[in-house]
Amino acid sequence: MGVQRATALWRVQGSALALLLLFMSMASAEPLRWASDASSGAPYVFHDPADQSRLTGYETDLITALAAHLGQTPVFVQNDWDGLIPGLQRGLYDVVIDGIEITPEHRAALDFSTPYYRTAERIAVRRDAVGLDGIAALRGHVVGTLKDTLSQRLLEQAGGIALRSYDDETNAYSDLADSRLDAVMLDAPIAQYYAVPDPRLKLAGVPIGVLSYGIAIRQGREALQTRIDAGLEAMRRDGELRRILQRWALWTPEMAAFTNDASPERVAPVDWRHWLKATRPTAGWRQALARYAGFLPLIGQAALMTLAVSACAMVVAVAVGLLLALARRYGRWPLRVAATAYIEIVRGTPLLIQILLIFYGLPSLGIRLDPFLAGVAALGLNYAAYEAENYRAGLQSVPHGQMEAALALNMTRAQAVRHVVVPQAFRFVVPVMTNDFISLLKDSSLVSVITLTELTQAYERLSTTYYDYLGTGLLVGAAYLLLGLPFVRLARLAERRLAVGHPK
Amino acid sequence: MSPAAIVRVRDLRKGFDGQLVLDGISLEVSPGELLSVIGPSGCGKSTLLRCLNLLEIPDSGEVALAGHVVSRSGKPWRRSDEAAAHALRAAVGMVFQGFNLFPHRTVLDNVMLAPRVVKRVAGAREAMELLDKVGLAGLAGRYPTTLSGGQQQRAAIARALAMAPRVMLYDEPTSALDPERAEEVLGVMRQLDAEGMTQIVVTHEMRFAHAASDRIAFMEAGRIVELGHPDVLFSAPSDPRTRRFLRTFL
Repeated sequence: MGVQRATALWRVQGSALALLLLFMSMASAEPLRWASDASSGAPYVFHDPADQSRLTGYETDLITALAAHLGQTPVFVQNDWDGLIPGLQRGLYDVVIDGIEITPEHRAALDFSTPYYRTAERIAVRRDAVGLDGIAALRGHVVGTLKDTLSQRLLEQAGGIALRSYDDETNAYSDLADSRLDAVMLDAPIAQYYAVPDPRLKLAGVPIGVLSYGIAIRQGREALQTRIDAGLEAMRRDGELRRILQRWALWTPEMAAFTNDASPERVAPVDWRHWLKATRPTAGWRQALARYAGFLPLIGQAALMTLAVSACAMVVAVAVGLLLALARRYGRWPLRVAATAYIEIVRGTPLLIQILLIFYGLPSLGIRLDPFLAGVAALGLNYAAYEAENYRAGLQSVPHGQMEAALALNMTRAQAVRHVVVPQAFRFVVPVMTNDFISLLKDSSLVSVITLTELTQAYERLSTTYYDYLGTGLLVGAAYLLLGLPFVRLARLAERRLAVGHPK
Repeated sequence: MSPAAIVRVRDLRKGFDGQLVLDGISLEVSPGELLSVIGPSGCGKSTLLRCLNLLEIPDSGEVALAGHVVSRSGKPWRRSDEAAAHALRAAVGMVFQGFNLFPHRTVLDNVMLAPRVVKRVAGAREAMELLDKVGLAGLAGRYPTTLSGGQQQRAAIARALAMAPRVMLYDEPTSALDPERAEEVLGVMRQLDAEGMTQIVVTHEMRFAHAASDRIAFMEAGRIVELGHPDVLFSAPSDPRTRRFLRTFL
């Protein structure tokens, strides 16, 4: 009796403790910040073609379910494919999930969860092709794949294959359909979502090799890794992983063997069917128009981002550029040398590297900029070098007599520069500045590598969903044009105003 | 040396690329005097004028102007020298052969800019008075390029006068003008002379130099060859080089 009571009491205390722990974990639950490149396509993480504001994909579903297991709220961070791992190492987010293969090379820089998906490579060919059904048969042919993948390694090892490495799978498949390639070898899920629905293409041969996808975690976060592995294990055991994959038609006998889940339960492949329906080529112009109309909110938002980054960067470029030009023309020699060195270094190195350096490199020196500031700083400081050279030419074009007249009127050199030389130099540089601003608008696409969604990013996302490079390209091109036109008009106005007093 | 001199130059030397352009110039100018400097091209007369307000920096020698002194002895030009030159320029205005008006500003703004920037005074009324004085009151709102050469040069004189200089320097002020337009400018200079302005004029206008100058300096090869009253210099030059030069104008 006494023992019974004691046990009952213990049970009550035990469940109270469990409840307490649950509350504590809920109260202290930080969001699970996860990153992926939603423009890299189905079926991983992408935007629902039928509703561009909805993030979907089997990995989106997986991470959402996993976060629930961890008692955390998932928060999605978009980043360009090339920036995903640097961003993880910078601590911008907790994990990356984007069909990243677990390889020894990746392990050197990253930790991985246990694999959540195991698959193979598949060869896709044109419908009329014969014989190209294995790696050996591909010798002497032009074959496309994605860079840094198992399939690229296998094709390289085989030798004798003309390899084309792509950044984007849709480009590879459309080049195959257009006969620029003889075959495309890619991970089976990609082949299923892009080659199988395309009536011009078919899969050839059998699955090749084995590869495992893992959730990438920054090294040294063992606690997080342990919790994620426990969550994945739970999802394997209770069939949740299987159900997600079945909805996406990605459940394979290999996965059944890998997870020891031979449950006969069948879940309808609703997400796969939704994809097929949403990406079916549009029949009439009404449908096409409706689809393009659906793009507009995303393009509008992206255009605002492009405009904001570019306008702020131009302000930085003009201010810093003017200082550099003045230092070069009027400064004492240490200033002159420093300004010249800055200009030559910045002009002589790629903008993309500068952006990555400022965003991912500076934090190791203790300087952390948020993506927008980093984008503005990188673009602004880069364009400052070009502006400086324009302004220097502008300053030189003002006749020396103007400076002399100002000095003779008892102005200091600085006053003469400010009130007499710079205003006249400005007139010479306005047309070039307009040019530079328009070019800056377009170069701003590079900030997509630091998680900013701007126009080019939107274009990639939309076009890879539909293979529709023409329509989407025209839409996004028009958006760039619309952004640039007001500045062209503004510049014309400025030119006219500044031309006052100068003979035509 | 007369203590009354407002401009005093002592043993001024200046070379360009090893070639001596001013070879020991000494000169004094009294308040209210109009001194013309004549001589063949390349004789150094423009360089001398530009040394007087330190637009050109002499290698050695001394320039004293209205109490400001800048001495040179071959040393590098330093910040303190620039400060001394700046102080000196407050007392002297300059008019250029090519006018050098500020093309991006109206005539009135050209006149008002330096007082506004340097002395922080608006001076619109004073500027209009000066434009009236040089006969340009009606063109105050125009841009320089829409003016004739003579009008531009008169605007340049008004612009220099706006800084209330005690000495005016003219570097071939009428060389770019046809005779009729030149006369407009020379008329203004005569008027200033009558008002007691000290003026130093580098010129090829022999008739003006003869008629309006108190003294004329003839320069050749970086030296003042002869300095004296116009009548003496024109009718009985003591140096054969002066005679030879003047003969080309007769």
